[in-house]
Amino acid sequence: MGPPRIVLAKPGLDGHDRGLKVVAMALRDAGAEVIYLGLRVPVADIAAAAAAEDAAVIGISVLSGAHLPIAQQLLAALRAAGVEAPLVVGGTIPPRDAGALRRLGVAAVFAAGAPLPGVVESVLRLASPEVAAR
Amino acid sequence: MMARHEPCPPVSTDSGIPVAPVYTARDVDGGPAALAARLGRPGQPPFTRGPYESMYRGQLWTMRQFAGYGSPEETNTRFHFLLGRGQTALSVAFDLPTQLGYDSAHEMARAEVGRVGVAIDTADDMVDLFAGLPLDEVSVNFTINATAPIILAAYLVAAERQGVRPDQLKGTLQNDILKEFLARKAYVFPPEPSMRLVADVVEFATGVLPHFNPISITGYHAREAGCDAVTELGLTMASAVAYCEELTGRGLAFDTFAPRLSFHFATTLDLFEEVAKLRAARRLWYRIATERFGAASPAAARLRFFSGNSGTTLTAQQPLNNVVRSTIQCLGAVLGGAQSIHVMGYDEAFGIPSEDAVTLSLRTQQIIALETGVARTADPLAGSFYVEHLTDEMETRAADVLAKIEAAGGAVRAIEQGLPQRWITEAAYRAELDVAAGRRAKVGVNTFVAEDGGPEPDLFELDPGIAERQVARTGRRVAARDGAACARALGRLRQDANRGRNVLPPLIESARAGATVGEMSETFRQAFGEFREPSPW
Repeated sequence: MGPPRIVLAKPGLDGHDRGLKVVAMALRDAGAEVIYLGLRVPVADIAAAAAAEDAAVIGISVLSGAHLPIAQQLLAALRAAGVEAPLVVGGTIPPRDAGALRRLGVAAVFAAGAPLPGVVESVLRLASPEVAAR
Repeated sequence: MMARHEPCPPVSTDSGIPVAPVYTARDVDGGPAALAARLGRPGQPPFTRGPYESMYRGQLWTMRQFAGYGSPEETNTRFHFLLGRGQTALSVAFDLPTQLGYDSAHEMARAEVGRVGVAIDTADDMVDLFAGLPLDEVSVNFTINATAPIILAAYLVAAERQGVRPDQLKGTLQNDILKEFLARKAYVFPPEPSMRLVADVVEFATGVLPHFNPISITGYHAREAGCDAVTELGLTMASAVAYCEELTGRGLAFDTFAPRLSFHFATTLDLFEEVAKLRAARRLWYRIATERFGAASPAAARLRFFSGNSGTTLTAQQPLNNVVRSTIQCLGAVLGGAQSIHVMGYDEAFGIPSEDAVTLSLRTQQIIALETGVARTADPLAGSFYVEHLTDEMETRAADVLAKIEAAGGAVRAIEQGLPQRWITEAAYRAELDVAAGRRAKVGVNTFVAEDGGPEPDLFELDPGIAERQVARTGRRVAARDGAACARALGRLRQDANRGRNVLPPLIESARAGATVGEMSETFRQAFGEFREPSPW
């Protein structure tokens, strides 16, 4: 079995990619295979890439405040594409919205300032086969 | 358990310049006479000590809090709120659809309308944005880049409706597309046509907007994206050189446009290094303007800048600590001789700032201006052995960064190859690893961590009905315009875009005829194509 495959993307119009790129590099250094889709990726394209790449985890980052509608649309697109892998969301997320994202079905939320080692550990745990099997 | 913290601060600056335990006269290169030549007097070449002779005794810096959200009316309300609390000029934040040339109704836009700034679809929206704000009196900064020429056209139409002439307008259009490719990422068109649009704006403004800065050449965003102060300064100068070459390549004389070039730097927490950077920026630009472009008048080689506090230094943990961070950053900008300043809201790690937070940011500026006495005399840190040493180091090291960009073919070519983008990304990763390992202290994050994280601030909430209302309003305005006149204006825009003529006249005509930001942008998309970023790795 190879390293976990993780699809990362910036949906919506937000260009703040510092955080997502840092997470991509940290995941790579932790042994994951990162498929980085870049900026302004439509949710349908993220879902298609997640299916084609057999992603263990899908991660998006939104700093524009549009995280709720975007997560909702992406979760629908993932379901439509038959992708069961967990979705994690990072960005400028006010505390009140973290719970709302989880209720939508987002597996983990990392607000601005989340320490990097914790982010990497959570994503890798979500990517492990034991978690996926549950 | 004791919180972890280092007994001594690190022995180099944020940019890695080694710092000695103490500095003496021997650390200042060449002795007092050489130093005096490197400094000059405030308002005199090489402008190390400031662009103006009397500095803040003559005029305080402009207090310009960046603001915008929701509809033009909502942002107009915040503008009046800020001016009512003593702000001295305006700074408009646009939403992402406006920045990227989509109307609010576009499918890519719907989730983003009014979130990070105000939604502007038509010149009528710009009229509403400035209701009750006389544009011949209030200076306005526009943070807009890919669609800067379109927004300038809408602003000119709004002024026209107020009966204000272009030569009465004062303010700044950011209009720095290179830093979008570098760091901020709100680009639309490929680099070459983008450079042309920047130059169209500067060329147009040089004739008709004598009190308006048609560009603000920016290192701020590269810094926020991860690079250090040295790279920030070097990249800013590389962009400035690229724009000036584009403009002089059109046959414009340097001395005609250079006096209205403005700059924008970050001011972060390494106080003395930041002050040194701002002083070095003025001296380095003086050298470039005179030696490379042959500036004849002092005003053409005099760097003026806006300082934005750093958002990346703010933390979601213990958010009130951000008030202290912002205060120090504002002080750094003042000691560095800024012409205008924005102070971050302490709650900006969570979203756009609340009214309370922006009021506190403004009060921070007012307290520093009026209560501390730091504005009494020009360049108060001049002659400090340490600050002069750092200023010299900054200038030398930033010039090295500029040389590396030039070796790669200049700013445009280097950006096309992704070279400075990689520097920025790698630096961001190193900085994050340093925080994770505790090598770089962040109070509340990796040291002195609170059990419960402290109280949550009372956050700003956006009206969820904004997108729907904005779409409906633009729909009504489009239905009411003279469709044939609008189509003719857009046709002329298409022609001029394709034929390489200055696009400002047909843009103004289109904006006047009620064309939308999305329609004007689509005309450019068809003429120029769209840019896709190369892989970051």
